[in-house]
Amino acid sequence: MMHLPVYVSAIIAFVLLAAGSLVLPDWAMFLFAMALAKGLVCLGIVGMMRGGVVSFGQGLYYCLGAYTATLVANSFGVSDIFLLTLISAAVCLAVGLVFGPLLSSYRGIFFAMLSLALSMVLYGTLSKMSFIGGTDGLNIGAPTFLGWAPEGRPLQTALYIYVVAIVVIAGALMRIYFDSEQGLITLAMRDNELRVEYLGASVRHVMTYNYVFGALLGGIGGTIAVLALGHVDPEFAFWTTSGEFVFVAILAGYLSVPAVFVAAIILELVRSFSNLYFPNTWQLALGIFLLIVIVALPGGLGSLIKRSKETDT
Amino acid sequence: MIKKHITGALGAALLAGGLAGPAAAQDDTFKIGVITFLSGQAAESFGVPAWNGGKLLVDMLNEGGKLPAPYDTKGFGGMNIEVVVIDEAGGATKQVQEFRNLVQREEVDAVVGYVSSGNCLAVPPVADELKAFTILYDCGTPRVFEDGAFEYVFRTAAHATMDNVSLARYLKSRDFDVPSFAGLNQDYAWGQDSWADFTGAMKQLYPDAEVKTALFPKFGAGQYGTEISALLRERPALVHSSNWGGDLQGFLIQATARGLHKRSQVVLAAGDHVIPQLGNKMPDGIFLGARGVNGLAANARGGELKELTDTLWMAYEDEYDTFPVQAPFRMWQALLGLKTAVEKAMADNGGKKPTDEELAAAMKGLSWDAPSGRIEMMLADGHQAIQPNAIGTTKWNEETGKMELVDVEYYAARCVNPPAGIKSADWLAQGFPGAECD
Amino acid sequence: MDLIATILVDGLIYAGWLFIVSVGLTLVFGVLNILNIAHGSLYAIGAYASASLVGAYFAAGGEAFPFGSYLALILAAVLVAVVLGPLLERGLLRYFYGRDEVLNVLVTYAVFLILEDVMKLIWGVNPYFVYEPYTLLGDVEIGPLFYVGYDFAVIAAAIIVGLAVWLTLNRTQVGKVVLAVIHDAEISQTMGVNVKRIYLGAFMAGAFLAALGGALTAPMISVTPGLGVNVIIVAFAVVIIGGLGSVPGAAIGALMVGISRAASVHLVPEAELFIIYFVMAIVLMFRPEGLFAKTQARKI
Repeated sequence: MMHLPVYVSAIIAFVLLAAGSLVLPDWAMFLFAMALAKGLVCLGIVGMMRGGVVSFGQGLYYCLGAYTATLVANSFGVSDIFLLTLISAAVCLAVGLVFGPLLSSYRGIFFAMLSLALSMVLYGTLSKMSFIGGTDGLNIGAPTFLGWAPEGRPLQTALYIYVVAIVVIAGALMRIYFDSEQGLITLAMRDNELRVEYLGASVRHVMTYNYVFGALLGGIGGTIAVLALGHVDPEFAFWTTSGEFVFVAILAGYLSVPAVFVAAIILELVRSFSNLYFPNTWQLALGIFLLIVIVALPGGLGSLIKRSKETDT
Repeated sequence: MIKKHITGALGAALLAGGLAGPAAAQDDTFKIGVITFLSGQAAESFGVPAWNGGKLLVDMLNEGGKLPAPYDTKGFGGMNIEVVVIDEAGGATKQVQEFRNLVQREEVDAVVGYVSSGNCLAVPPVADELKAFTILYDCGTPRVFEDGAFEYVFRTAAHATMDNVSLARYLKSRDFDVPSFAGLNQDYAWGQDSWADFTGAMKQLYPDAEVKTALFPKFGAGQYGTEISALLRERPALVHSSNWGGDLQGFLIQATARGLHKRSQVVLAAGDHVIPQLGNKMPDGIFLGARGVNGLAANARGGELKELTDTLWMAYEDEYDTFPVQAPFRMWQALLGLKTAVEKAMADNGGKKPTDEELAAAMKGLSWDAPSGRIEMMLADGHQAIQPNAIGTTKWNEETGKMELVDVEYYAARCVNPPAGIKSADWLAQGFPGAECD
Repeated sequence: MDLIATILVDGLIYAGWLFIVSVGLTLVFGVLNILNIAHGSLYAIGAYASASLVGAYFAAGGEAFPFGSYLALILAAVLVAVVLGPLLERGLLRYFYGRDEVLNVLVTYAVFLILEDVMKLIWGVNPYFVYEPYTLLGDVEIGPLFYVGYDFAVIAAAIIVGLAVWLTLNRTQVGKVVLAVIHDAEISQTMGVNVKRIYLGAFMAGAFLAALGGALTAPMISVTPGLGVNVIIVAFAVVIIGGLGSVPGAAIGALMVGISRAASVHLVPEAELFIIYFVMAIVLMFRPEGLFAKTQARKI
């Protein structure tokens, strides 16, 4: 297989995904948009996973981004999707910069649990704030696109194209980062971080970077999700939400960027259809699906591609 | 890598496209999507009993002639009723997605659902965007129509303000002395709102009562030992709780064992639904409501709705070995309202199956009879129902081995619900302007 | 003074319950290195099983000797451990030993989801009640307050459980072997220890403790679907505070959470929801691996 430059792959991916807006039925386009938005959050987890840590609290940024967008939209009347994304991303970046250095010295289950605790504190705080809806949450109006205010199918299409564009850009940038010196150090840390330190690289520094990128992606994902849904509640920061993100990351594996989004879409489809066909036992169906995936694909979806690549050369 | 991406995305797209097959209902059937809790804490107290009642009613309607007039015609205007049921558990994100799937993939003719207030707030904007006729059948928060206006969305049950206004009125009408009171409510919007409503109503009727402590245990906490100690210590004259389901049962079991009901009068905003399960473990002398004239209060009411109520009551008891509490009553009033609206729309359009627009036009401002009384779509420009309410006192009947509701007081809908055009919080703060009590 | 006493008593009662529900979790993590989310399901199954068993006990004429219902409670927990322990450990978890900790969390999350629905299939959604054991022990009057005797029985049970686990680990031969396995499973294996059996035993003990927590709680609550999900998070927090794998840590963690929660309910009821995460975040900031965790050598 020819190794295409990242930007060529990105353009091909964009064209193909965007073509989905022509063929997908309404409900599926919405489902894909949500899956891709959540996929962004998961991409952040994959970035950390490459360094051997997994955040069980990525809902923190997903929720923070969503609430920032909603509060800004509701209090200042901002509805432009680009501006809302930028503001939420900035807030998440700032918060990520505060917690990043703190969390960068934690590993394994402790990193997972401390990140979970942080996101649960946000959940608890938001649940208490009844002036912004408490557990019932808030609604946000439909976004506008640089002054254009579509409705119905055009709105869904515009949102879908927007999330596709962000996904492709973020995916390409993360790929470039993963292949950069720092990205490769991350991978080395996964094997043995003491060795990395002896080589003169700062593990904490790199960890912080990965965490901050995760925060940024989480915030952007949350913003797009809330604009598509029209509603946000503290559940965005609940541990089960974060658990789902981790599941997608594990399903995807840390080897491939596109696999993250494929995994996110698969999970959404499985969940939606098990809900319809097994209204009483959808959790059972989902649980069995998770187990099958974990058993059948120990390295994640990405490992399939890696394997096929190896046989290619 | 990219190749995988492409095949994956296309595969998913094809799968999605393929499954989007024709699910549209025929002209001789009316397809409703029902969303209610089938798992989680709310399944036992609301979701499952509601749908048990709903299933029963749908079957009776499809058979035709089982209910007294005007509900003796078959189905909805002769059309057979078909149902798709979805579990409400899983949060608002999931529900918005499922709502879109129901409307766009399953092509249901109407959606009836939502116990959780969060879901009731999240779904209406989507319903309007998709122009999909939707009935919110259970949830309580007044915010749905006070913070927004929706064309295609209707709530066929009164919002929660009525529950606590009725409780306060009950205390007043029974000359109950309340020098102080305290609250124990679940720590989420329902409990917080209920406590705010109750303190608001009490401020009007008992301006001198002192608020002792407001406890908010976590939703699903299970352990109330510490809270009960705090309530016992403070010795308020009255303890208010809007807990429901397992949280209410757990609280009552633990509080009764420690004698809280002997030190303080316990009042429950929505407590009727735990009576069948608790039986004589429910202490005597508790003041409780059922969020409407539902359950025991409806059974004890008699009057012209007796035949309709008794028919459904007995069918429910025969089928499920227990009597219906508040949730099935609210499902019944939603489905009977939908039947009335469908038939009204068909009378207007010459007998065709009504579109979403025609249904919405028919539902607006509609009123109809249900086992829980006369339901009137009075508020929010004809989109929000008001209904009568009742509060009673528990009393265990040793002879029959059944819990009874005694000293029941019935409140007219206009006495305990705000009039059109005023937010419920303002209505409470201004001392119930425009309330019409007998 | 009276307020402080009340806070302490309430805190102790809650801590006793917390300890029972979390000590099994820490034990399983210590030995198998798996943070078991399905611990919450085992708790719920324990509650259901004890509700069924105690119900059956009274239906079979247990009124004559009501105290026998306590045996039924314990028997229910034993049953859950004997049936589900081997099924989960031998049938599923053993294939994941040595894999990433976080992956294992997901495996048990899947089990948790499955068991949630399995419980619904077995017991339905209607609540079960077994109040008889709750009121059998009468009232205890402390100051101006009444407590239920059963609450103190739970504290006693927690102390017994704690001592039993600690003594087994530290004062018996089996315990020494378990500690050896915790320290290094591979070397223990080469020394002739049947590690498989230790893993199975530890998981069954963990399952028993989870189910016991549920069984002891069942009399004071209504046993309904969704019971497990609320327990698992508090149990996690306690175990993380105390240090994963540490039994004394779980005890201290339970006490800290129990008493700070009681203080918050009496003094600042608004803060109750997140007091537990607050304690956890504070502890982890100063002791990243929890209060009692062994420091681990980093392998080069």
